[in-house]
Amino acid sequence: MTRQLKTAHEQLESAEFRQLVRRRWRISLLLTALLFLTYYGYIILVAIDRAFLSRRIGTFTTLGIPVGAAVIVIAWILTAVYVVWANRHYDAEVARLRRQLETR
Amino acid sequence: MQTTLGTPTASAVLFFLIIVALTLAVTFWAARRTRSTREFYAAGRSVSPLQNGLALAGDYMSAASFLGIAGLVALRGYDGMIYATGWLVGWPALMFLIAEPLRNLGKFTFADVVAFRLRQVPVRVASAFGGILTLLFYVLAQMVGAGNLIRLMFGLSYEWSVVSVGAVMLAYVLFGGMIATTWVQIIKAILLLFGVSLLTVIVLAQFHFSLGELYGAVATRYGTAALEPGGLVTDPVDAVSLGLALMFGLLGLPHILMRFYTVPDARAARDSVLYATGFIGYFYLIIPIVGFGASALVGREVIGRIDSGGNMAAPLVAELLGGTPFLGFIAAVAFATILAVVAGLTLAGASALSHDIFTQAIRKGRASEAEQIRIARMATVLFGVVAVVLGILFKGQNVAFMVGLAFAIACSANFPPLLLSIVWRRFNTAGAVCSILAGAVLSVTLILLSPTVWVDLFHNSAPIFPLRNPAIVSMPVSFLCAIVASLVTREPDAEARFDDEKLRTYLGIGAE
Repeated sequence: MTRQLKTAHEQLESAEFRQLVRRRWRISLLLTALLFLTYYGYIILVAIDRAFLSRRIGTFTTLGIPVGAAVIVIAWILTAVYVVWANRHYDAEVARLRRQLETR
Repeated sequence: MQTTLGTPTASAVLFFLIIVALTLAVTFWAARRTRSTREFYAAGRSVSPLQNGLALAGDYMSAASFLGIAGLVALRGYDGMIYATGWLVGWPALMFLIAEPLRNLGKFTFADVVAFRLRQVPVRVASAFGGILTLLFYVLAQMVGAGNLIRLMFGLSYEWSVVSVGAVMLAYVLFGGMIATTWVQIIKAILLLFGVSLLTVIVLAQFHFSLGELYGAVATRYGTAALEPGGLVTDPVDAVSLGLALMFGLLGLPHILMRFYTVPDARAARDSVLYATGFIGYFYLIIPIVGFGASALVGREVIGRIDSGGNMAAPLVAELLGGTPFLGFIAAVAFATILAVVAGLTLAGASALSHDIFTQAIRKGRASEAEQIRIARMATVLFGVVAVVLGILFKGQNVAFMVGLAFAIACSANFPPLLLSIVWRRFNTAGAVCSILAGAVLSVTLILLSPTVWVDLFHNSAPIFPLRNPAIVSMPVSFLCAIVASLVTREPDAEARFDDEKLRTYLGIGAE
């Protein structure tokens, strides 16, 4: 396979670079939307339906306690999903696109 | 219960001296490695992801989180947990939206990114203004908190407490720059995570390691309401507004953003956010257990009598279960917590003054290394002295709202121009300046007219602005100002340079 060498301008205009940028923002915004759903969903639930979160799931434990803890855990998991994706796929693609430029 | 709080015990003084000696030794070591601006502002970009993750956690977890949230849970029960979640959720947003572009585009400060392709002088001055305003409110809250806490825990007078925090912190930043600040934050994060973990285990041991039993003890003493959402979050709009400020405020905190320049590249920046989110998330998961434990074992009456905000809940439960030595250890950890946060704030304030205003705006980037370092050290002293003076002037004032204000300014004045400069080609100098000014003026004004200040502090009967936190109004208005001002003006240079910026944002080409 012969490697395509590009100028900076060609690289910016290339389908590969555009796709890299588009994919990066698609993943970021999807994860941001999930984060919004989780956190603001929780906050709004607290504000409008206290009875729901006050339901007992143990002798004393209320549903609100695991739900609050889950917000923190989900926030971390979303971060981890992004980092794993970026380390596996984004960086590899960046390295490939950079090589096309640097070997000119 | 009997408490030795407020009297300097041998163990408290011993732990305190150990922490001060250790951090000053680190500073001495770091001082010999701090010669260039790259080392002073960015620790030579040689910090590893794990180290930076710990340092970010140390920079972020303030005494307000440690003592404040434990106290809130102790006195108000479940509502404290709602706050705890709010303090974490900014971190994923920081990762998804700006962490990597920030690392690739900047050199020492977030203003480097905002000003990347815009006219340097107006954008640097405006960004430094937004940044310093954020930092001043933040540092003021820390200093007043430091004065009160150290007085409560070591019996030192308020003024001497503030001065001693200022003096030790200045030694770190002045001589050791970012290298010393990083290590102080790492040491603090480890001590804090260790201290709170130990406290959690000791509390849980009283309840046979059963959370259900702990909740049962709280409910038996204070009713089941302690485990249910109470009156703190009732208005959905107000709650979302506070949530927006906490989440996006993080994305505009200069001392946090600055830490991303201490790692070698975007990947290290990314990994460090994952570590930081893990440490901070773990911390906010376990701190409510300490709060509930204090409620069940020490009792709300005792906690509220010693400090009406409940700040002494964690130290008191430590003393009850671990005796005076454990109280001394926890008190020293709280002291280290304040020192590390204030050091980070001071370094960020100094870099805005010296790097953004002096080097970039006044000298147009043409200052020698020696001169830049000299100015940076002068700016450090200036910011540190201002912090101490403000701390003393605001003695006895209720400054709890100021952290909320700092987050409101950060999300309204600093975050919008930062994000738009990364993603929008048409964004220009007029847009940046307008959004910073609108965000800063609006968030400060609306807080003054809100129930938090207008009613609670100025004792007027009704607020002029109904929300406790203005972010839901001030942040969108700031974005709107940025967009309108950019669209009615043209800056062909800025648009042309967006291509270079994109290569650097996404591929890291030319990143420092």
